[in-house]
Amino acid sequence: MLDVAVAYSRYQFLGEEFLSWLWFVIENDHQLLQQLDPDLAALEIGHRMVVVNRRHRDTGETVTIRGDHAGMEEGLLTLKKGGMVAEIHLIYRSGDNEWQFSLKGESLNLSSLKVPATGRVETEEEIEGAVIEKIYLYERVIGLINRLYARFVKLRLGDEWNKLVVPAVRKWIRTA
Amino acid sequence: MGLLSTSVSITQYRVEGQIKAPVLDTIRAGLKKHTIDEIDNETSEQVVGWTPFENPFTPNFDTADIVIDTTFVFSLRIDKKSIPAKIVTKHLNLEMTRRLAESNRDFLSRAEKKEIKERVVNVLSTRIPATPNVYDLTWDYEAGRLWFFTNLKSANEALESLFTQSFKLSLIRLFPYTAAEFNPDLTGPEKDHLNQLKPTLFVD
Repeated sequence: MLDVAVAYSRYQFLGEEFLSWLWFVIENDHQLLQQLDPDLAALEIGHRMVVVNRRHRDTGETVTIRGDHAGMEEGLLTLKKGGMVAEIHLIYRSGDNEWQFSLKGESLNLSSLKVPATGRVETEEEIEGAVIEKIYLYERVIGLINRLYARFVKLRLGDEWNKLVVPAVRKWIRTA
Repeated sequence: MGLLSTSVSITQYRVEGQIKAPVLDTIRAGLKKHTIDEIDNETSEQVVGWTPFENPFTPNFDTADIVIDTTFVFSLRIDKKSIPAKIVTKHLNLEMTRRLAESNRDFLSRAEKKEIKERVVNVLSTRIPATPNVYDLTWDYEAGRLWFFTNLKSANEALESLFTQSFKLSLIRLFPYTAAEFNPDLTGPEKDHLNQLKPTLFVD
């Protein structure tokens, strides 16, 4: 295993490839999402995405797309120029419930995670139940993201990556 | 940030190593040994320590519940005093003026100025209360999985250091490389490939 501090910056690209691949999967492979979470109703791009083009150090480009009805065309345009998704806001739906969160490529950190509403904690006795419920709700999205990342890594390190996945993603970026 | 908040941030960790049995007692002992100290009325500017999840401002791990369901739940507290620069400047100026008048001199050496500044900051530190920041964590001991409820770099670094000190376990932050490295489905050759990996280009 590499030194952790060195690995953090050296493998930033892996997290960004993961988010870019995830965008592709969200747009093109609902079956894979359901395979990884049979209770999933939808996984959608939310109201924010950051796409970074690091191909040319001097002319690097960062595009931030914001807003509830934001079009993703500019993000796709940056992908077409060789950019990668650095941060993404996602909406996960299961049954009538909705989770929202942001995921950062370089760290895989989750932020602004909002889970379905839970009962108000009125007394000390209710804290234990509330904690158990919250942990379960966090686990729903963390588990999904971890399974997606594990699937991505397995693909990324296998023969299929260059033979099947990369050509499919390139085609999507070209034609989207 | 609290795990019961409406909106949370989570940093995932993997915990490596085994705790001496009985686990609950060993963890409680680690928490007691490194419980947060109060620094109000003291000269310290910052202190880091553990505090119970349910009573973060009256820490007592003799009585606190640290397990909920099958998960350890407790908090990291960082208390920090922030003395506004203008207050330091004012009191430094007053003290230097007093020192000059007392010694009938018209200048102070660099060492004297440094010593006066340290003393002024110390005195002010005893008068300014520390601001507490509480960050919750959940630790599934059996699964070796820990969630820390903040993405703040300084808090994560404080956690990593105090956790290792308290429990003699290794706490590894999960980011793209480590999350891949610990993927149990990867074969030996795939792990070798990971260590040589180069970025993909999604454009022709």
